[in-house]
Amino acid sequence: MNPELLDTLNGIVFNATPLVIAGIGETITERAGVVNLSLDGSLVLAALAAFITLLATGSFFLAMIAAMIVGALMAGIVAVAGITLRQDQVAIGFVLTLLGADLAQFLGQDYAGQSSGTLLNLHLPVLSDIPVIGQIFFDHPIIVYISYALIFITWYWLFHTRPGLALRAVGERPKTAFARGTRVNRLRYVYTMLGGALVGLAGAAYTLAVKPGWQNPPAMRGDGWIALAIVIFGGWHPFRVVFGAYLFAGLRALSSTIQRDPTIEIPLVLLNGLPWLLMIGTLLLVSTGALERFVNAMPRAVQRWARGVLRSDPPEALGTRFEPD
Amino acid sequence: MNRVLLRIGLAVAPILVSLLVTTVIILVVGASPGEVFENVIEGAIGSNRSISGVVNYWIPLVLCSMGLIVTFTAGLWNIGVEGQMTLGAVAASLLARTFGETLPNEILLPLEIIAAMIGGGAWAALVGFLKVRLGVHEIFGGVGLNALANVFAIYLIAGPWQPPEGGSLQATAPFAPAALFPRFSTDFPVSLLALILVGIVIVMITLVLRGTRWGLHLKATGKNARSALLLGVPTMRSAMTAFVVCGALAGIAGSYRALLTYGSLRPFASGGIGFLALLVVLVSGVRAIWTPLIALVFAGMSVGSITKLPIALRLDQSLSGVLQGLVVLFVLLGDGVRQRFFNKEERIG
Repeated sequence: MNPELLDTLNGIVFNATPLVIAGIGETITERAGVVNLSLDGSLVLAALAAFITLLATGSFFLAMIAAMIVGALMAGIVAVAGITLRQDQVAIGFVLTLLGADLAQFLGQDYAGQSSGTLLNLHLPVLSDIPVIGQIFFDHPIIVYISYALIFITWYWLFHTRPGLALRAVGERPKTAFARGTRVNRLRYVYTMLGGALVGLAGAAYTLAVKPGWQNPPAMRGDGWIALAIVIFGGWHPFRVVFGAYLFAGLRALSSTIQRDPTIEIPLVLLNGLPWLLMIGTLLLVSTGALERFVNAMPRAVQRWARGVLRSDPPEALGTRFEPD
Repeated sequence: MNRVLLRIGLAVAPILVSLLVTTVIILVVGASPGEVFENVIEGAIGSNRSISGVVNYWIPLVLCSMGLIVTFTAGLWNIGVEGQMTLGAVAASLLARTFGETLPNEILLPLEIIAAMIGGGAWAALVGFLKVRLGVHEIFGGVGLNALANVFAIYLIAGPWQPPEGGSLQATAPFAPAALFPRFSTDFPVSLLALILVGIVIVMITLVLRGTRWGLHLKATGKNARSALLLGVPTMRSAMTAFVVCGALAGIAGSYRALLTYGSLRPFASGGIGFLALLVVLVSGVRAIWTPLIALVFAGMSVGSITKLPIALRLDQSLSGVLQGLVVLFVLLGDGVRQRFFNKEERIG
């Protein structure tokens, strides 16, 4: 296989990692029926926490933990406000988006332009030596392997365990779940903060690997919105969310290739709009039923399967309150 | 008596708590809170110059806030208000560049304002179309179109509209004086015309939402779109018109940034004012009467920080955003505490 192409694919997997982790985190939160809209602020603040912790301690592990704590705390505010205090989840999330970003910019002002260590690539026995697959998927720092583990753990937890069933029930039919003895709001707290912790980890993935160091304004701004859109595109299913993240990173890689190609005459600045067009485009694919029509055009035998995979309805109780009487 | 004290306490507490948290944050970066607050206040009301700066920030902020009152009433999250400002600024700049040397101010300025309304309104209509017809949530449509508006403005500034002396990413060439909002005086460079316009907008929006069929339709759509539709309210049309009205007002706000604040088209001309307007309206509890006052306080915080912090204290100006964000956060949390634990019967909605 062409080594240049292998490099590109390897880069796509690498660059998509924060989107994968944040997307998985938000998928868990939204499956429990809570919207944590604060991603664009949480990511940035968690990224700063990781950066400062790494500078202070030199420990990548502690840096990730710090970022996860920040992400979980931000999500915790959404949970307190949305669940206990019955405020609009979207409003709180939006406020935290702006607050998180401004706070990171203010607290990080003295770190702007500084760099720190980055995670080194980790060679895995056997896996890294598989031709092609090994070069694309197993020639990465540990955070990428963590993202793989998260994908499969989340999928298994959601669809193949009893607690996972309870998690989905809380997001789909909280009343029924409650009648069956599930503590709806307690579970929502747990999964909101767990999802938030993963969003925090995604923030760490930027400063420790994908966009090392700290810039002012922060380099990852905007990606939180993209991650939120990917969750919708992904139909709240971990595998499809991951597919969305890779697709997105792939299209981004394509656009930077176009930028480098002197024969194509598109003003460079206009290409910066591409991610946002893509975001709207992927959402349109879901909302206009284009995916649905695509499924209907398939042979009968695979339609049932495809419909299951391409399901795009949000959890029924998403963003609503539940009050046990 | 106790109840009154409790009410006052719950109203003041969020502000005190956010000031306290901000103080801690200032200490964390090793600055002196006293110095910071003193400088921000001085930067906001210390001189004629700073006061006029606050008013010039307040005008677009109130215009956007009043527009957002309309969309919030219809139950819509018009996050795209930033991009609508930008398109307003671009549309006004188009006319300013084309007719600045040929038309007198009395004719050109109204045309520019109308163009800005069309530009902002069209950008908002796009968000509305994506939402109402194509099912893309307005938050995502808005965020996407905000970014695209910035890309478009930067493309114009760096490309077709670059100043004759060469391409820079800073700004277009300054517009001709006839294309600008006239200023009251050199000591107080504020447009009285814009102030009058803002007054009219405040009164009109307040009255229209209270006393017209359209306002009633918006409220019904916002409270419960499904029941409203079943009762014969044209919910789609209500939503679309709410977007367009908000976009048009945001467009005027954008034109004010280009035709008074800068006198040219700059990248990110909206300057976060649209997002700030969302915060203003959230604090007001979507009540039109409170909006101008809250906007004034927020404008003071922003202008005080922007003019003083980076230069006098070498601190990042994002501190005002931190303080504003904290105020909104604690107001919302305080609101929740009040409704949940003190007077359950007064729950809104």
